[in-house]
Amino acid sequence: MRYLPKSPADRKAMLEAIGVRSVDDLFAAIPAEYRLNRDLNIPRQMAESEIVDFFRQRSRENGEDYTSFLGAGVYFHYRPVIIDSLISRGEFLTAYTPYQAEISQGTLQSIFEFQTMICELTGMEVANASMYDGSTAAAEAVMMAVRLTGRRSVVVARSLHPEYREVLATYATHQGMPLAIADFANDGRLNLAELEKSITPETACLIIQSPNFFGTIEDVAAIAEIAHKHGAMLVVSIAEMVSLGIVEPPRQADIIAMEAQSFGVPMGFGGPYCGVIATREKYVRQMPGRLVGQTVDKQGRRGFVLTLATREQHIRRERATSNICTNQALIALMVNIFMTVYGKVGLKELAKQNLAKTAYAAAQFAKFGKVLFAAAPRFNEFVVQTSEDPSAINSRLLGHKMIGGLPLKKFYPELGHAALWCCTELTTRTAIDTAAGLVAESERSVRASRDEDVAEVAR
Amino acid sequence: MKSTIRKATPQVNQNEGLIFEKSSPGKAAWKLPPLDVPEVDAAKLLGEAERKDLGNMPEVSEIEIIRHFTRLSTWNYAIDLGMYPLGSCTMKYNPRVNEAVARVEGIANGHPYQPEKISQGALYIIKTLSEQLIEITGMDAITLQPAAGAHGEMTGLLMVRAYHQSKGNARKKILIPDSAHGTNPATAAMVNYAVENLKSDSRGMVDFAALAAQMNEDVAALMLTNPNTLGVFEQDIHKIADILHAKGGLLYMDGANMNALVGKVRPGDFGVDVMHLNLHKTFSTPHGGGGPGSGPVAIKKALEPFLPTPVVITKPDGTLAFNYDRPQSVGRVRAFYGNFGMFVRALAYIQANGPDGLRQTTEDAVLNANYIRKGLMGSYDLPYSTPTMHEVVFSDRLQMKKGVRTMDIAKRLIDYGFHPYTTAFPLIVPGALMIEPTESESKEEMDLFIDAMKSIAEEVEEDPQTVLNAPHSTRVSRLDETAAARKPVLRWKPAS
Repeated sequence: MRYLPKSPADRKAMLEAIGVRSVDDLFAAIPAEYRLNRDLNIPRQMAESEIVDFFRQRSRENGEDYTSFLGAGVYFHYRPVIIDSLISRGEFLTAYTPYQAEISQGTLQSIFEFQTMICELTGMEVANASMYDGSTAAAEAVMMAVRLTGRRSVVVARSLHPEYREVLATYATHQGMPLAIADFANDGRLNLAELEKSITPETACLIIQSPNFFGTIEDVAAIAEIAHKHGAMLVVSIAEMVSLGIVEPPRQADIIAMEAQSFGVPMGFGGPYCGVIATREKYVRQMPGRLVGQTVDKQGRRGFVLTLATREQHIRRERATSNICTNQALIALMVNIFMTVYGKVGLKELAKQNLAKTAYAAAQFAKFGKVLFAAAPRFNEFVVQTSEDPSAINSRLLGHKMIGGLPLKKFYPELGHAALWCCTELTTRTAIDTAAGLVAESERSVRASRDEDVAEVAR
Repeated sequence: MKSTIRKATPQVNQNEGLIFEKSSPGKAAWKLPPLDVPEVDAAKLLGEAERKDLGNMPEVSEIEIIRHFTRLSTWNYAIDLGMYPLGSCTMKYNPRVNEAVARVEGIANGHPYQPEKISQGALYIIKTLSEQLIEITGMDAITLQPAAGAHGEMTGLLMVRAYHQSKGNARKKILIPDSAHGTNPATAAMVNYAVENLKSDSRGMVDFAALAAQMNEDVAALMLTNPNTLGVFEQDIHKIADILHAKGGLLYMDGANMNALVGKVRPGDFGVDVMHLNLHKTFSTPHGGGGPGSGPVAIKKALEPFLPTPVVITKPDGTLAFNYDRPQSVGRVRAFYGNFGMFVRALAYIQANGPDGLRQTTEDAVLNANYIRKGLMGSYDLPYSTPTMHEVVFSDRLQMKKGVRTMDIAKRLIDYGFHPYTTAFPLIVPGALMIEPTESESKEEMDLFIDAMKSIAEEVEEDPQTVLNAPHSTRVSRLDETAAARKPVLRWKPAS
């Protein structure tokens, strides 16, 4: 086996040194009746070339050359080449969690920089080293608010990503945390009057997303005021980090739970991604996940260590803030490099291009279909309502090697024939025009057949 | 000094500040193409929501970024540099073909919501890996959704709870041996089960009498790591399962140590009802400085209705699809389908090994641990003489007489060119040295390791101060962790 660095002679010499006759003697502790006395029923060893062929074939079956208008929590942005060059260095790729600080300063310093940049972008005071993803970060942020307030119930915005809501519901089930839902208004933003009514003296926090699932930017300041008036915390989920280049961060929030996939992480059919939690300094001891802190060595030189570990499972066991151990360090490094490449000016320009493409696309779609929630500001997503079922339109788009917006019927049936469309800096005007043209065609043919029906009835 | 350090030579490496300290206005590492749509006025579109300033985000050029991270990388130890014998962590070689295939266009750029019709490749990968892991574990069904081991534990216990609930009583507690990983009790708490400790016997195994006495109808499950954290196979595993099953309880296996079993014995065959795997341990996906992981949960038939949604099914026309219609499901534990990129890597690893390679891998892992055990006996105290599987646990009892503890020995090992073993765990061994070489180490590398450990043991006798002050060859000496925790500095701030 090509990954194993021993010759038969090595194995023989080692067995002799140990003082056993065969390797099976080393497995004697396993009761004979349970030992597997056959080969596992899996395919034979494959050559590297065969493995590459296998996955190239899977890639071809996986829509590798389609133009996509999908967003909904996963965004297709350009990934600078140096991200993969740098994260492929074995010293990053094949290192463990930096528990031995003296030989992990590379990982530790890069996490410290990551935490700093997340704070700069979100307006928060502290950020952790990462969580699994945006959905679990949101659930953990809510549990953190429950611990901090000593209250148990939670108000969840219906415009929070539907799958994040599902994850939160799973986490909440056995924590005795009742969840109430706050609906959105006609402009796609949270209905503030209804929101206030849903808060009770038992409400630990309110969790919203901004830009929300529809791409609409919430009035965070007003929402925070309502939450705080009732002694509840505000947790804001951010699924599209590129928005922070041009959209004010939710500074009024108490906890921000993010999905940083947008920042240089491949879409990868859903993962691995990079969740992050950021908050105020005074709440740090209730924050889950690893934290890197600055300190000095015996000679007074600057260095970095994992710190405040008394929050964590390996010290605190059943009284830990979370059971999280392994996080998403390598993905956080991708995010870190992405943020460094674009930096203070590039992130803003990048976000502006997203804004411009989306404004253009929404205008094109509005000519024939109906763009919902047009009155409120949005970032790079918008909802288009059509006369025809968007799934049918999407089937025709597939013929043009295009993936249309996400049909919303499954998550928001009351929106009818609606789909969530997304444009990034990578969406070309030509693609937008083609897609908008096909939607227009659909509208024209539906209208034409309606006119025929009307004419039929008139006759 | 008597010691001869054969594996490593100190070498010049570059100093490097924080990226913010290199930033100055006007430098850039990015270039966007010209806009092909009209420019927009952000103030008009966003109103009050427009952001004007991005604070202290850095401004640097591309070569500075390359040097910055390359320099940082040289301050890390890694599997690619040498043996990384962290017990319980299974730091094995991360094959590069896994990285290559994870980056093939349609795999790296697949959107989780793209139509199933053009997701058949991804669905096939999920299905194939699921089937192969089921065969490897001897279980009946699996979910790949959990993002890491601890997340898998949570998913597993959610299913345990749902199973008991379906029988009318969710039960109250989980039994956990005192040798267990900290994630086990932390997970039980998240699923709202009380934790009851189970002590180990003189062999380092589950104390049979204690288990029989503590087992009753309030116990939902026993969470057992097998081989346990001493590297000892629980020989009476079937009797343990019988005791649990007799009272309606379930046996949960923490699969952290599955590298000792693959191809030799299957948990499903010895009475396990639910278990998680760590693809980032046993199945070679890279640790990446602390993640991403992936923690599939394999289960017996009786727990299948409770799997998280969605599950992959084959439709009558032979195509694959996600099925969300699972009324008894515990729900979702993560958005989308899990750490898919890790599935790709794990599958490529299994393909490269085949049945004979996986078995040989396990045999070599166990051979290596026993070779180290033999090599270090006499130099270090072996608190449990029970046979060792894939890892061996010594203690610092002999060295303690000179005031040297396990962490000091670990730090000195760094000077010899090795990553330390796991220190001070499991908790049942005071001053533990927990060593897991994995199959990836050659005889030469292990001979160097054994020599280094023996040399340190001699240093402890003749010159303990050298060990107490170690490491001597790293960029920074031991760091003040107390100060870091007392006045946390968790981010850089500009000098005001």
